[in-house]
Amino acid sequence: MAKPKIVVIGGGLAGLMATLKAAEEGAEVEVYSLVPPKRSHSATAQGGINGAIDTKGEGDSPQKHFEETIYGGDFLANQPPVKNFCEAAPGIIYMFDRMGVMFNRTPEGLIDLRRAGGTKYSRVAFAGGTTGQQMMYALDEQVRKLEAEGGVRVYFPWEFLSAVIDDGGICRGVVVQDLISMEIHAVRADAVIIATGGIGYLFGRSTNGIMNTGSAQSALYQQGACYANGEFIQIHPTAIPGEDKCRLMSETCRGEGGRIWVYKDGKPWYFLEEWYPKYGNLVPRDIATRAIFKVCVEMGLGIDGQNKVYLDLSHIDPKHLERRLSGILDIYEIFVGEDPRKVPMQIFPAVHFTMGGLWVDYNHMTNIPGLFAAGECEYQYHGANRLGGNGMPACTYAGGVAGQKAVEYARGRQEKSPPRPELLEAEKKRQEEMEARIRSMEGPENPYLLHQELGEWMNNNVTVVRYNDRLKETDNKILELMDRYRRIGIADKSGWSNQVVPFTRRLWHMLQLARVITIGALLRNESRGAHYKPEFPERDDVNWLKTTKAYFTPDGPRFEYEPVDTSLLEPRPRRYD
Amino acid sequence: MPEKIHLKIKRQDGPDKPGYWEEFVIPYRPRLNVIACLMDIQKNPVNAAGKKTTPVVWECNCLEEVCGACTMVINGKARQACTALIDKLEQPIILEPLSKFPVIRDLMVDRKAMFEHLKRVRAWIDIDGTYNIGPGPRISEKVREWAYELSRCMTCGCCMEACPQVNPRSGFIGPTAIAQVRRFNAHPTGAGEREARLEALMGPGGIAECGNAQNCEKACPKGLPLIKSLAELHQETTLHGVFGWLKR
Repeated sequence: MAKPKIVVIGGGLAGLMATLKAAEEGAEVEVYSLVPPKRSHSATAQGGINGAIDTKGEGDSPQKHFEETIYGGDFLANQPPVKNFCEAAPGIIYMFDRMGVMFNRTPEGLIDLRRAGGTKYSRVAFAGGTTGQQMMYALDEQVRKLEAEGGVRVYFPWEFLSAVIDDGGICRGVVVQDLISMEIHAVRADAVIIATGGIGYLFGRSTNGIMNTGSAQSALYQQGACYANGEFIQIHPTAIPGEDKCRLMSETCRGEGGRIWVYKDGKPWYFLEEWYPKYGNLVPRDIATRAIFKVCVEMGLGIDGQNKVYLDLSHIDPKHLERRLSGILDIYEIFVGEDPRKVPMQIFPAVHFTMGGLWVDYNHMTNIPGLFAAGECEYQYHGANRLGGNGMPACTYAGGVAGQKAVEYARGRQEKSPPRPELLEAEKKRQEEMEARIRSMEGPENPYLLHQELGEWMNNNVTVVRYNDRLKETDNKILELMDRYRRIGIADKSGWSNQVVPFTRRLWHMLQLARVITIGALLRNESRGAHYKPEFPERDDVNWLKTTKAYFTPDGPRFEYEPVDTSLLEPRPRRYD
Repeated sequence: MPEKIHLKIKRQDGPDKPGYWEEFVIPYRPRLNVIACLMDIQKNPVNAAGKKTTPVVWECNCLEEVCGACTMVINGKARQACTALIDKLEQPIILEPLSKFPVIRDLMVDRKAMFEHLKRVRAWIDIDGTYNIGPGPRISEKVREWAYELSRCMTCGCCMEACPQVNPRSGFIGPTAIAQVRRFNAHPTGAGEREARLEALMGPGGIAECGNAQNCEKACPKGLPLIKSLAELHQETTLHGVFGWLKR
């Protein structure tokens, strides 16, 4: 029997884990990535990876990890897959350990641990302040080995344009573009795994990279894939505001003893420690972000009256900081010009992560058979708020499940004949025509300026505090931007390494997805995790303990709601004070 | 405080096209980096002469000096554009593509060769599989600390740009692929492939091409201990060359 052919879109942690698993299961794998996998955005994850390996003898366990993850996510996540993920997390850390990740060590040479928010256990394994980079490199190295042996092929810089879907609604391949030659290709696949990461760039400035536009997810949503919990956007409490982006200052700064404060009545006021005595500076991100917002915006106590607070490490031994946080502190020093080992850092919340994403079942298949999704681009593990340190193990776990299940699916499929060539050709043609339409656009609008406007509106109105009237206005603004989109002028008509045309295509996808997020937020009249409405300040389990499911229609998103599987842990009020 | 930022950019429309210079003037704001300036050009693609032009093509992603994508030559030095802060640069700011790699377009070059070098030196740990078979070997924190330094290499190409031996004639694989041999040989499991890695360094384009100019370490944005790594591997490959056959 021929080897099943799996196409993976995205070369980050989730994508490469899916690649390794699928190859291990005997598949032929092709990876399409916007950048060399080594430069994927997973590399910027800083703090570390959660897993209850309990090398500190604190009595941590996967069950505690599971309970805290569900509680931290304000009970919005379906519980069985989260339980499976938490049980797998120690094994995931050990896998990276065997791949040679230089995790910090205890004096005995075991994996050292530190703390993150929303837990009282040391559960974060880490490699200095660049854990994501180290883990990304480990998978990249393993995939490179397979590439050298001939089992896997990696294509970059290539972009996913759309799925090839047959008359039965089954995914039979993808259309991808070589971003250097600009050639568009249709590629047959027995199963496709989408692992395209976050959507932060839709908000303009965020902690994400410039390729995290969510355009692959949005393109699939427009092709009929369901997008779940889009309104749940994590705002990280501690980032350095910047002109081109906001740079993350890891939660593990606080895990290592960092304290947040502002001046009040001439004295340092450690407001998180005062308001949340049990967890102090290590409350979950949504809680810390709202507290910082309250102090700066409502109380006007930000540094020099601006939207900034102190994140202070200056009381900690610099040698300790060097061993455990070096990469992060260097970033601050380079961009701000001050040494965080000596003076408190000045930080403010920034868009960081999307809990929502493509809807998937417990096998990581979307509602389109043959199309799988794994990592930040899907919605499975983090509920209404992600805990620090859960991003990397969850996406690695998801990638592994997707890789395995995609091969299983491909082997078990009844329809064994390859897709008709006309099917692939038709989708390719559709994409070529779309590209030609964009390339020929002549008008006064600039796509990068429209994107900037979109980002400002989304950041101002669809982040920390949400009001229904402003959400409505934002949706109107998005519609206006969609109208102006049609009057864009393309400044670069070249057929070689053209960056303007692909960006303009992504912009349309960002606008579509922005509507899903904004209207999803408008409809959800409650406050849960990262979604907070002063008009509806309480969590409302009677009406809203439900997954939001958005479907594309030409008139805008259509919403359905699905009950959450709470079979393992009874929902209870979430408090950290 | 300057009111304008003056950029002079080396452009090239394609691999076989001639290079040319184009200048841009951008309104000054404090705390900008080179990336923010290039983004400004995207928003208003007009050159210093007031003529409409195409936005500059360059690579970037993370913008926090972790991904290595935005490496280019800035005022004569190879570095990442994201950490090149305008307030610290002399004007006009001159941007050129890396010269040791083929130009694709403008400031974008093809660095695939560096990834091929990592294949040649077997820059990975040979594991049995991804399934859950318990923890890896214990490692002392001391070894971990220096091996970690080497594992921070972003494959950005700054050391290649600075090394006089990296040129088409020598085929030298460059300092960083060689340093990775030291990093993987230091790992208890990785040590199993130590000989194969040393032998990979001994062929054409290998460590013998290193001329000991010692530019690489200064050029490395992450301060990797490249000189020490090269020196150690010079010695190890020599010993392996002389005595290696005894072990067979």
